[in-house]
Amino acid sequence: MTLSEAKQAVVEDFSMFDEWLDKYEYLIELGKKLDVFPESSKTEDKLIKGCQSRVWLDSKEEEGKIFFKADSDAIITKGIISLLIGVYSGRSAEEIADDDFAWIEEIGLRENLSPTRSNGLASMIETIKKKADSSRNNG
Amino acid sequence: MKEWFPQLSEKVYGKPLVYLDNAATSLRPQSVIDRWTEMSVKYNSNLHRAVHYTAAKATGEYEDARKQLATFIGAKPSQIVFTSGTTASLNLLAFSFGEYCVGEGDEIIIAESEHHSDIVPWQMLCQRKKSVIKVLPVDDTGHLCIESLPSLLTEKTRIVCVAQVSNVLGIVNPISRIVDICHSKGIPVLVDGAQGIVHFPVDVSEIACDFYVFSGHKMYAAPGTGVLYASGDWLEKLPPYMGGGEMIGTVKWPGSSYAPAPHKFEAGTQNISGVPTWCPAIETVEALRARDTRMSGIRDYVLESLHAIEGLRLYGEPARPEEKIPLFSFTVEGVHHEDLALILDKMGIAVRSGQMCAEPLMDRYGVTGMLRASFAAYNTMQEAEYFIESLNKAISMLK
Ligand SMILES: Cc1ncc(COP(=O)(O)O)c(C=O)c1O
Repeated sequence: MTLSEAKQAVVEDFSMFDEWLDKYEYLIELGKKLDVFPESSKTEDKLIKGCQSRVWLDSKEEEGKIFFKADSDAIITKGIISLLIGVYSGRSAEEIADDDFAWIEEIGLRENLSPTRSNGLASMIETIKKKADSSRNNG
Repeated sequence: MKEWFPQLSEKVYGKPLVYLDNAATSLRPQSVIDRWTEMSVKYNSNLHRAVHYTAAKATGEYEDARKQLATFIGAKPSQIVFTSGTTASLNLLAFSFGEYCVGEGDEIIIAESEHHSDIVPWQMLCQRKKSVIKVLPVDDTGHLCIESLPSLLTEKTRIVCVAQVSNVLGIVNPISRIVDICHSKGIPVLVDGAQGIVHFPVDVSEIACDFYVFSGHKMYAAPGTGVLYASGDWLEKLPPYMGGGEMIGTVKWPGSSYAPAPHKFEAGTQNISGVPTWCPAIETVEALRARDTRMSGIRDYVLESLHAIEGLRLYGEPARPEEKIPLFSFTVEGVHHEDLALILDKMGIAVRSGQMCAEPLMDRYGVTGMLRASFAAYNTMQEAEYFIESLNKAISMLK
């Protein structure tokens, strides 16, 4: 799946929900299914601290692609992380750095990701972008 | 009530707003909004500085608010300093008190449950003066460990700082006993009344504390208004915090003299439109108190309902219900406070979640945050029931 296909798939999934309640239930399910992030990897340097939920983010590069792994102590945040990883993990630095992240707004989660919610998600997106930028500039 | 507090008619996500974040800031009554606008529309002028009609009117309103506040808390007008809020009052006090009588090795005692604004200014003072902070602990139920207070007091103790009611625990602290213990050793006491004053009558002469601070915006007045009360002649003794216009006697190059208290502490242009809203705010507090017998019913209902929720831990468990204001902070086992707050938000319920400006207390209880529902006199039993029902629904979604 290309990046734009992956984004399109998420937007289509979300278009099925009229109710925010269903949206949250879907995110909670995704959150519960998110790949295990080993406790031993939850180190300070990977922690994005918010007043609300905490987010841990790890990344590695293989054959020109960036892979992300992340976790949170809050389940809705974890669900959103799962979406972000599904869309961006395994992409090239160029693809990520050039993306506009507009799909987040399309699925109505902008308010969940705004810095004023003071959770780690807004910083997580910043970190993903920065990672892609620095990887592109070094590559 | 909806005519009284217009924001109660607001809708969020198409649902009626259920505002349970009153401990953070209260809603504003129409009378406060009217006075506030009136001051801007008709009487905008700087204070104390001119002989013209409007200046005299604005100054009159400002000083009337001081008189009414003094009566409200049982003080003299000259003992009331206007500030921009509790935080400003505490910073002023920590600075001036520190300059006056805190030196190297001296000790400041602070309750473990204090708001950051009653911790950080004292830490800044301690850094400047090489003095130290000692902590008065709270127990598992959220009560201050008063029995350990006498042993904390030494000849180096300069002041004891404690909230009348913690913004997390909601338990009314035994201030009179604390004051008795401290005064018997000649140690002054600062009481942070930010959460107390709106919930019950306060008479500072009866409490006999040395300093009492609170914010206007938590008791219906305009934001950016606050009070520092000081007993006896403390305000005469303490040096000013900020220098500038209006706080002076005369200004000469070799040095300046200061205006008498309280004006010595009110440098610069003051909150001209905000301060006069203290008067309708006080009237609102008093009117709500007079008619209000429902609040204890709501408190008891919420307390009982929260106790019935499996895995819920309440912080600030009262020995008797009367000991608690209608403020409830809790965590639910296996459920994150942010998730609960997000779902409740979509149900139209505004609650607070996170560390609530009391990180040391979060550490004390080993949590990263809590959820807090705090009620005001305009909240209804119906809203309390909707809150409990919604909370149960949110928990079942998340578990
Ligand atoms: C107990 C307590 N102290 C101090 C403050 C700080 O008040 P303000 O933000 O109005 O300065 C608050 C408000 O959150 C509080 O609840």
